[in-house]
Amino acid sequence: MTDQGIGASVKRKEDLRFITGKGQYVDDINRHGQAYAVFARSPVAHATINNIDVSEALASPGVLGVYTGADLAADKIGGLICGWMIHSKDGSPMKAGAHPALAQGKVRYVGDHVAVVIAETLDQAKDAAGLIQVDYGELPAVVDVASAQAAGKAQIHDEAPGNTGYQWHLGDKDAVDAAFSKAAHVTKLDIVNNRLVPNAMEPRAAIGDYDAGQDQFTLYTTSQNPHVARLVLSAFIGIAPENKLRVIAPDVGGGFGSKIFIYAEETVCIWAAKKVGRPVKWVAERTEAFLADAHGRDHVTTAELAMDASGKILALRASTKANLGAYLSTFASSVPTYLYAPLLSGQYDIPAIYCEVDGAYTTTTPVDAYRGAGRPEATFVVERLIEVAARETGRDPAEFRRMNFIKSFPHQTPVIMAYDAGNYGASLDKALEMADYKGLAARKAESAKKGKLRGLGFSAYIEACGIAPSRAVGSLGAGVGLWESAEIRVNPVGTIEVLTGSHSHGQGHETTFAQVIASKLGVPIEQVSIVHGDTDKVQMGMGTYGSRSGAVGASAIVKASEKIIAKGKRVAAACMEVPEDSVDFENGEFLGRGTNKKMTFGEVALQAYVAHKFDPEVIEPGLKEGSFYDPKNFTFPSGVHIAEIEIDPETGHTRIDRWTAVDDFGILINPMIVEGQVHGGIAQGVGQAMLEHTVYDENGQLITGSFMDYTMPRADDLPSYNVAMTTTPCPSNPLGVKGCGEAGAIAAPPALINAITDALGHEDIAMPATPQAVWRAAQKSARKMAAE
Amino acid sequence: MIKLSLTVNGRRATADIDPRTLLVDFLRSNLRLTGTHVGCDTSQCGACTVHLNGQSVKSCAVLAASCEGAEVVTIEGLATGTTLHPMQEAFREHHALQCGFCTPGMIMAGVDIVNRHGAKLDEATIRKELEGNLCRCTGYHNIVRAIETGAAAMAGAKVAAE
Repeated sequence: MTDQGIGASVKRKEDLRFITGKGQYVDDINRHGQAYAVFARSPVAHATINNIDVSEALASPGVLGVYTGADLAADKIGGLICGWMIHSKDGSPMKAGAHPALAQGKVRYVGDHVAVVIAETLDQAKDAAGLIQVDYGELPAVVDVASAQAAGKAQIHDEAPGNTGYQWHLGDKDAVDAAFSKAAHVTKLDIVNNRLVPNAMEPRAAIGDYDAGQDQFTLYTTSQNPHVARLVLSAFIGIAPENKLRVIAPDVGGGFGSKIFIYAEETVCIWAAKKVGRPVKWVAERTEAFLADAHGRDHVTTAELAMDASGKILALRASTKANLGAYLSTFASSVPTYLYAPLLSGQYDIPAIYCEVDGAYTTTTPVDAYRGAGRPEATFVVERLIEVAARETGRDPAEFRRMNFIKSFPHQTPVIMAYDAGNYGASLDKALEMADYKGLAARKAESAKKGKLRGLGFSAYIEACGIAPSRAVGSLGAGVGLWESAEIRVNPVGTIEVLTGSHSHGQGHETTFAQVIASKLGVPIEQVSIVHGDTDKVQMGMGTYGSRSGAVGASAIVKASEKIIAKGKRVAAACMEVPEDSVDFENGEFLGRGTNKKMTFGEVALQAYVAHKFDPEVIEPGLKEGSFYDPKNFTFPSGVHIAEIEIDPETGHTRIDRWTAVDDFGILINPMIVEGQVHGGIAQGVGQAMLEHTVYDENGQLITGSFMDYTMPRADDLPSYNVAMTTTPCPSNPLGVKGCGEAGAIAAPPALINAITDALGHEDIAMPATPQAVWRAAQKSARKMAAE
Repeated sequence: MIKLSLTVNGRRATADIDPRTLLVDFLRSNLRLTGTHVGCDTSQCGACTVHLNGQSVKSCAVLAASCEGAEVVTIEGLATGTTLHPMQEAFREHHALQCGFCTPGMIMAGVDIVNRHGAKLDEATIRKELEGNLCRCTGYHNIVRAIETGAAAMAGAKVAAE
């Protein structure tokens, strides 16, 4: 079974349907009699709604219904929620205004949902949406997070004075101040972590369906966590009790965080399905995705690093303003707080850390988790500080990192996290060798001869994955537990269905989870089906985000498989007429120890269901077991990425010459899939560092609202990557896995900016380092060199 | 409404359509060929790439009405029975897909690149030719590998056929 089990680069089982065009995404599903929803969205960033006149739209051909926030309120449909309570420094709870699915009295960003039209055809719905007349009383926009809390700025929510959601902090301020006061050197940086639009290639979509005969709602939705969607839609928004609400997330075309959240559109579709008595389908156009999918990042930070004369880091402090957007999205409050500051220790032994974060509202699209979610922002702060500190003190950036690495484990950081295992020096050594660090000087000289500027940048990142121990996150304000469930159903012929609460939207669970079963139960992956994404099939689950499917989801499968083996041993013992405690399970066979008796897994499954050979008072028939696995710690993937670039100072074009990634994800279930995750993460990180930027004008209009205006990384922007692994098994879960989904996106931006600033010879460039920005910065380099 | 008659994946298709119908909507809605995807509104992403009279086009930027008498091949028409096209095989072999949403367009674009440039493709050519197709999952690394392999396999298949 080793050719299929844990550690094998098995080709993906799910691929056949995708390469033949037979995937089933939400937009590929059509329900009998379905109607189409189109949302009328606010064209202004901030305004009171004085009046909405829908009469003309209602009279438009094919229109079945036009609804506004007043209709939701009349039906007692609750607003969208944020599931993580943050408390400010002064102990007060975060301040959040109501977030209705359709605006009530006020709009707060361009794209805010004002009304919905349901019509027989999509074109009729679009035509009618254009006929809705809204009388807006325009208010000033608040766009820039750095000044959002300033006196005199327009007030976005009455409940949040000064547009402040919270003023949060973490760490020991006094200890940090004391360390800074005796520092031999302090490095200080002002950092902007640019705002990004997730842009999964499949736009969000929803179909609401109501069966009046059964009083049963079914929602098809592009979700990373359909059970959480059902929970929120039921318990908080009030669509229907959970037993009357089925949520199906079929094939989902990428998520990157943006499909975690419970949005207005699916809420309205499932509600309106009963209203109009027809299935209601909505599919986002790309521009709607730009306007209404939760954005990512958007931090403004001042950060300082204190070190002693020997180069030992003494302390780190950071002050961050984080843009929350116009409303608190589902997990928005946690991203710039508990997913950010606890990672500020990086891979380093830093005795004292203090971080304060102001979460501020603006009249922009809500901001929430995007691939990495807080951890890229933290890593960018740490790895830029480290690189610049090395340069300022004349130290080699690799050796400066090495001397400050955490070298013994477990390691308790001053900011919550207890790192369980790691070997940071091993990743660094391997990366230095693969990147031919020794040859850098010669390559720089070669580039200089051609009039080019060559630079190399490091990023030694850490992340906290496998989210998360329920009690731990509960103590930090999370409204949910973050365990995962698995159920293994063994059929009488020995084939297996595994029901998991994890959700695959590109990660390949149908393959990797089957590999776990192959290793544990000895059943070929062809005989294992993975079932996910349907609340009527899988009882409960928390979904996929935060690189948790392996560490938490697959661990639940391991726990359930252990129960299957235990039950199988009892059945086998009865059948073989040997004592229960003398049955071993090896390579898919139950063996009577010290006898020549054995039964295959399939034979035992059959006997479990036939139930002729054991006493039902002692052993229940059947072979089906479940597990809820709650991790005891986060996992801590880490690694070193090295970017080497060459700038043409005449054009500002930056060519990525080579990319070296050495990651420690613990045990790998499928190395091929893991490498693919690394590739994709790096591409998104490169996108942030060099290409992608979300721009609002001073009136709050989104200037980068399509693929014409927002630069997505394309094949010819990117290099091939040199990816390798080191392996320190994670001691905190039964598989020893850590998670790999976000690493590239976390590691890449500081590696690239460190490389570009190395080439430029100064630190004065922000993300994204577009050709124009690099050209300007290179002119400054030229002047600097001339002056010297 | 106007009458449209064309050949899709070797089968004749006839329908009365609204003149403003895009080819992608005709394929997806009228013929239920949902393998061709819509990922943007601006013909930037390439998820809707199909072959029209042997050439790669973005079907979101083609009016169905302009396809009278045309031959269209979509991702559903690329395999021969249960035998996958070499480019499809190459995408699976090289893990050139994750969520699968861009994949049909990528494969159709990949076949077209080989048709136009031949089997000997260098990495720079492939990357340049993929300018019109966006993928958010793979970082393109494995897509490039797949098209290299698919190109060689297509050439091999052609030689075998001759």
